Amino acid sequence: MNRHLLGLEYCSREEIESIIQTGFSFKEVLSRPIPKVPTLRGKTIVNLFFENSTRTRISFELAQKRLSADTVNFSVAGSSVAKGESLRDTIRNIEAMKIDMVVVRHKSPGVPCFLTECTDAVIINAGDGLHEHPTQGLLDIMTLQEKLGSVEGLKVVIVGDILHSRVARSNIYGLQKLGAKVALCGPPTLIPVKAEQWGVEIFYDIGDAIRWGDVLNILRIQLERQSAGLFPSRREYTQRFGVTLEKLRRVDKEITIMHPGPINRGLELEHDLADSEFSVILDQVTNGVALRMAVLYLKSGVPAQE
Amino acid sequence: MKKEKYLAEIIDPNGFQRTLRRLASEILEQCGGAGNLVFIGLHTRGFPLAKRIIECVKTEENVDVPIGSLDVTLYRDDINHRAESLQMQVTDVPMDIAGKTVILVDDVLYTGRTIRAAMDALIDLGRPAKIRLVVMIDRGHRDLPIKADFIGKYLPTSLGEEVSVKLKNIDGEDGVYLVSTEREET
Amino acid sequence: MKEFKAKKQNEILIKGARLLDPGSKLDKVADMLLRQGKIAGIGQGFPSENADVLDVGGCVVFPGFFDLHAHLREPGFEDQETIASGCAAAIAGGFTGLCTMPDTEPVTDTRGVVEFIQRAAEKTMVDISPAAAITKDCCGAELAEMAELVQAGAVAFSDAPHSLANAGLLRHALDYACMFKVPVIDVCEHAGLAGDGLMHEGAMSTRLGMRGIPGIAEDIIISRDLHLAEYTGAAMHLAKISTKRAVELIRDAKKRGVKVTCDVTPHHCLLAEESLAHYNTDFKVKPPLRTVADREALIKGLRDGTIDAIATDHTPHSPEEKQVEILAAPFGTTGLETAFSALYSGLVQSGRLPLEILLQKISVAPRKILHLTVPALREGAPANFSIWDLQAQRQVTADSFYSRSRNSIFLNDTLQGVIKAVCNKGQIWQA
Repeated sequence: MNRHLLGLEYCSREEIESIIQTGFSFKEVLSRPIPKVPTLRGKTIVNLFFENSTRTRISFELAQKRLSADTVNFSVAGSSVAKGESLRDTIRNIEAMKIDMVVVRHKSPGVPCFLTECTDAVIINAGDGLHEHPTQGLLDIMTLQEKLGSVEGLKVVIVGDILHSRVARSNIYGLQKLGAKVALCGPPTLIPVKAEQWGVEIFYDIGDAIRWGDVLNILRIQLERQSAGLFPSRREYTQRFGVTLEKLRRVDKEITIMHPGPINRGLELEHDLADSEFSVILDQVTNGVALRMAVLYLKSGVPAQE
Repeated sequence: MKKEKYLAEIIDPNGFQRTLRRLASEILEQCGGAGNLVFIGLHTRGFPLAKRIIECVKTEENVDVPIGSLDVTLYRDDINHRAESLQMQVTDVPMDIAGKTVILVDDVLYTGRTIRAAMDALIDLGRPAKIRLVVMIDRGHRDLPIKADFIGKYLPTSLGEEVSVKLKNIDGEDGVYLVSTEREET
Repeated sequence: MKEFKAKKQNEILIKGARLLDPGSKLDKVADMLLRQGKIAGIGQGFPSENADVLDVGGCVVFPGFFDLHAHLREPGFEDQETIASGCAAAIAGGFTGLCTMPDTEPVTDTRGVVEFIQRAAEKTMVDISPAAAITKDCCGAELAEMAELVQAGAVAFSDAPHSLANAGLLRHALDYACMFKVPVIDVCEHAGLAGDGLMHEGAMSTRLGMRGIPGIAEDIIISRDLHLAEYTGAAMHLAKISTKRAVELIRDAKKRGVKVTCDVTPHHCLLAEESLAHYNTDFKVKPPLRTVADREALIKGLRDGTIDAIATDHTPHSPEEKQVEILAAPFGTTGLETAFSALYSGLVQSGRLPLEILLQKISVAPRKILHLTVPALREGAPANFSIWDLQAQRQVTADSFYSRSRNSIFLNDTLQGVIKAVCNKGQIWQA
């Protein structure tokens, strides 16, 4: 098992399976009358969020509290980073306070990798730029396993802004390692160059994607991509790539809908669809805490390289 | 890798069944029947052992006693001292244990640390009226002030020895053996 | 940062080295006597009573190298490099001449700054030939006072590290520069296509989640510049080319007789995009490290003469700037101290580039492009050369640099070829 969690590209199938299996065990813990265990008592974890994130940070924080770890939150606004302190100095300072684990989110890809070189603490990637968001990938797979049993042979379409999505990358690596088939669907301007290196199908029409897939993992579309000239208008995007009940009813099979949140209702996903029987979006959120507990628990025990 | 070396048979299959019946009788006698009992078996051999004792209870009193399984990994006191995090096992306690007499079942009582962890875990699940401990073998060498209420056999051991409890329902045959284990370097 | 100490040359006898000067068709083992900063004799049996003897049997002597593309940071960014420290780094790499880029603060767009650089260079062992800005403040809007700048000593014009985006203005600059026989150096990157890319756009950038700079960002400017060079007939020099397509375009243009020259950096000939797998900011350079196919095309271009020269693009950055997350790190690597040994290790030793061609590209061609005198190993010529032990190796460590900065793309590499001494401007430096 890797000591850090930097991305699913670097994880073996066994490691991914072990984390998810442990995630299910923690889901049981969360259903107990006292959903808290003393496991990480005495461990100190810092949540280093250089980018705004409410959901992921809360999910990690809750996971840490449920494991009885001591947590410190560090967010950029008002911190010394805003005053020009380098990342290396920040992490050195934090480490001098005897931190066991760092959960980091940053807009630059590779920051978790960079941090492994400046500290002895265990590094958990909570999203680095356009690179990876491994815990999201893992909780997406866990949610699919929970609902559908196994992801082996499952056809999953990732819909939307693949180019700027770390969620997409982690999903691709994780799903493929567990034997699922992955397709991408979005305008060519939002599909990264050489995406075919991943051995994925690519669809430019949501109807084709729905006919092909069993699962749609729909990504958030950021409106600033429109001003950057990557698609012409919100209206045109919704018409061509927005997922609607009507489009889903055109095929005669069960489709599962996922979304990493936060949802732009009415843009990438029709208003009520997120709350429909197709959706496992809230399961993703619930599983997120259990899965993150599993990651924190398993990584807390991996020793530094001898 | 651990390699087991067989030293002696402590309880044979027939004796094992007799011990189970005696333990069931003692529990029923001391707890005043099966009415308020809940059995919780510890991973990995406590749970199948609990099942066997419950069978004997059923033979004697013709009642179904609720059973659950408990994994204490998350409550262990050596979690920060291990090289690698332990893989968790299933905890499945489908009934309410509040106000019940919980019969905690494990195969071998040794340092007492597992039982300490199990009691913490149990209390987080609800507030039992009483907790009673049943073990097949008490091999001594306690680290903590813990004592079993019902013991299959008291077996003095040396630290280099280990006790192996085999169960028909998972190992194919009942029995208790004294073994020595040597760590094999790999 | 290491301390640099040079001595005034007295009479020196360099004994036993192989003298290699493709320009003078010289390749033999002989002694060389230096007197008053000049080569007094090449041969055997010189009297050694009055001379300092430098016994360098087994070593090789090359004419001094020249770097077409060095950012020396002074005036303006003396924390990263000064003219003195940059020149020390140059000497430690065998470079006795440099063309400095105009991205100083203030920009090298006035007689004052050109003269400042030259005055500062006088105290060093290096001959500095500054390039001045094409446009005022390198803003790409109005031409700088080119005639006066040439008079002050500017040997070329460039808005490096940026390309001059306005093709109309570049055309005027080329036309205007025809008066002085001074080349215009363009750095070839289309700003719109490059966007805020961090590395070469391709499979690797997609996997690493880094925005890409596509090869066509360079190719499109190369095409434009070749058309402009052909149309104006002016001397155009294309700096730091990095793509296979660029090599092909330039090869075709040269066949057509377009007056164009170009250079490539050592790191683009030796490394590729894979180096960025661990997000090490030392590999974040512009143009970005491209694919293996691009790299091989560049080596072929060097061999067949499409690529005229090697330029280091020496770009010092302080550790505070460079040792940060890759998104925030500036582009660039230092290069003067590693250029020759990196190329020797990577290309010459493996037989992919003959040593004579390397010397041609790193010593002769850069000076010819700028119409400067080429140093030679011949009697009566100024002593301008470096001495190398090509059997020895060295590890590039953070404390091994004379440069003020240590952002070297070859950091921690082991390179073949260790410099022993350099002579220029009547002085000698010994490692």
